[in-house]
Amino acid sequence: MDLFEYQGKRYFARYGIAVSPGDVADTVEEAVAVAERVGYPVVVKAQVKVGGRGKAGGVKLANDLDELRLHAGTILGLDIRGHVVKRLWIERSSDIAKEYYASFTLDRPNKTHLGMLSAQGGVEIEVVAEENPDAIALLSIDPVQGLDLATARRWVDEAELDEVAREQAAELLVKLYDCYTKGDCDLAEINPLILTPDNKVHALDAKVTLDENASYRHPEWEEFRGDEFEDPREKMAKEKGLNYIGLDGTVGIIANGAGLAMSTLDVVNQVGGTAANFLDIGGGANADVMAAALELINADPKVKSIFVNIFGGITRVDDVANGVLEALKRVTINSPIVLRLDGTNAVEGRDILAPHLSEKLITEPTMLDAARRAVALAS
Amino acid sequence: MSIFVDENTKVIVQGLTGGQGRFHGLRNRDYGTKVVGGVTPGKGGTDVDGVPVFDSVKEAVEATGATASFVVVPPKFASDAILEAAQGGITFIVCITEGIPAHDEAVTYNRLVEEFPGVRLLGPNCPGIISPGKCNIGITSGDIALAGGPVGIVSRSGTLTYQALHELSMQGVGQTTCVGIGGDPVPGTNFIDCLAEFEKDPETKAVMMIGEIGGSEEERAAEWIKHNMTKPVVAYVAGVTAPPGRKMGHAGAIISGSKGTAQAKMDALSEAGVHVCLNPTEAGAKMVEIVRAL
Repeated sequence: MDLFEYQGKRYFARYGIAVSPGDVADTVEEAVAVAERVGYPVVVKAQVKVGGRGKAGGVKLANDLDELRLHAGTILGLDIRGHVVKRLWIERSSDIAKEYYASFTLDRPNKTHLGMLSAQGGVEIEVVAEENPDAIALLSIDPVQGLDLATARRWVDEAELDEVAREQAAELLVKLYDCYTKGDCDLAEINPLILTPDNKVHALDAKVTLDENASYRHPEWEEFRGDEFEDPREKMAKEKGLNYIGLDGTVGIIANGAGLAMSTLDVVNQVGGTAANFLDIGGGANADVMAAALELINADPKVKSIFVNIFGGITRVDDVANGVLEALKRVTINSPIVLRLDGTNAVEGRDILAPHLSEKLITEPTMLDAARRAVALAS
Repeated sequence: MSIFVDENTKVIVQGLTGGQGRFHGLRNRDYGTKVVGGVTPGKGGTDVDGVPVFDSVKEAVEATGATASFVVVPPKFASDAILEAAQGGITFIVCITEGIPAHDEAVTYNRLVEEFPGVRLLGPNCPGIISPGKCNIGITSGDIALAGGPVGIVSRSGTLTYQALHELSMQGVGQTTCVGIGGDPVPGTNFIDCLAEFEKDPETKAVMMIGEIGGSEEERAAEWIKHNMTKPVVAYVAGVTAPPGRKMGHAGAIISGSKGTAQAKMDALSEAGVHVCLNPTEAGAKMVEIVRAL
């Protein structure tokens, strides 16, 4: 789960990482109230889960009430690369002497954690990474050992942060690592991490991705849910516990397993069609799950045919067949359904469906045949 | 021959008394796997359909001589179960558990490497390993595999592993061993580990590799193949049409920028001399053609 900046800052604050005083605002009036509290000048920041918002006009400085009203009014409702701004973060403006960059993420090839630290942070960090990779000090961290202050001190030296910033930065990095590990982040990034003219180091931005697999031990993550402003189809899927991603095509896809679902998209594409979605029903394909999946896809007006691709493993194909029939009793499905069923109890599954086959319920022997049929029906 | 396991491998099931553990553990036994015990703390002395249950891995190993373990426990207990297996003397651990936090996986992996260098972990979040006719540890349906070789399969995706077995078995082409390495961020065993074993195994004549978007394991495998592999390799990478920047179910299947895309992986594999195919059926057909020409 990706967090908005304001959520990331709240998460940082839990681990003692210094951030600017501020609050969220969903209206111009709320923005005014926050600014009165924290004091002008303030920075008005669009809360969207997409990069490049500064360049898109989503971050503005307001020196007084008039400027605040102007900027808050303009940014609310602004479309930043497909993301409409519904919420602002208003914070006390900071004077900036230097901008640094700091992050922790998993180094998958090396199976360790990777810390990245640079004295050249800010909006151009990606250019720095490309053109001057030596300006980023990389630190490989053994997950068993963790990051201690002594190592963090050597690291800030190596990154050549300004002398006055080093001790504060080292302490902050240990806290950030703590947030990253104890807080179960896939990514914890600060860009920029700033040094102020009065020699204070603090986080001016927060980019945090949480590992959903760890949600069982983080009841505090509940506050981050509910206002994710995502695709309504994806919201409905989440409510039903389905792993769904909305796309733009006309063939609805249901498959068991993420790999098979991805492969199904590929095959539909190869035979000249376009997928309306990615949907992995996982291992437990009972009637409820199948009904929910079919209902979800049925609600998408772009869908012209539905391709159900099942390879039974844990999932039993006879259960899937019964699920489809049960689902058809509960919901009226507008589009024809093409099924490809293989694996555990496939013969039994096909037998169950045999008496019910029609122009709207079709089986095909292989994945390719089924893809061709579904694509033909969709065009 | 087979890799990692064979007909003599003695297996214990951690979590045998749970619903999933019982179902798959007994299914593995019925396939012919030497399932010699189960482990559930507090349930030692009981049995599951005749398979004795022990309180700890250590006791189970002492009593049965098991060298492999099948870990089927919920995510929050999986890391401890894996480490207990290593501490108890198990040398090959298969963990099918899906949903283990990435940080736990990273710590567990590194603890195994540092404290138990002789232990191999397969998974987590994988379908397991099957050497047809000899041993099946995991959740793969045994009837879709065909004994006798000569193909080795290594796959990052669960259901696509079954698809790969199916494509070959349908054409009468058997498998020496099929290894599902799983799609999680910190897999205990990777493509290269399996490719190296297949390269050494005299009965394996060709290898089928199933990858997916995300990470750089396929690119690393391609580099290894280029310099070390003499046997033909056929590959399929799922997710050509996946939209960038989206996470499609597997923690492993994340792409950002051009790195980790299916196209980048396919290009790297092609350049290493691998036969890259566009879908599982095509990959199966290509492999059949290669095997028939041997």
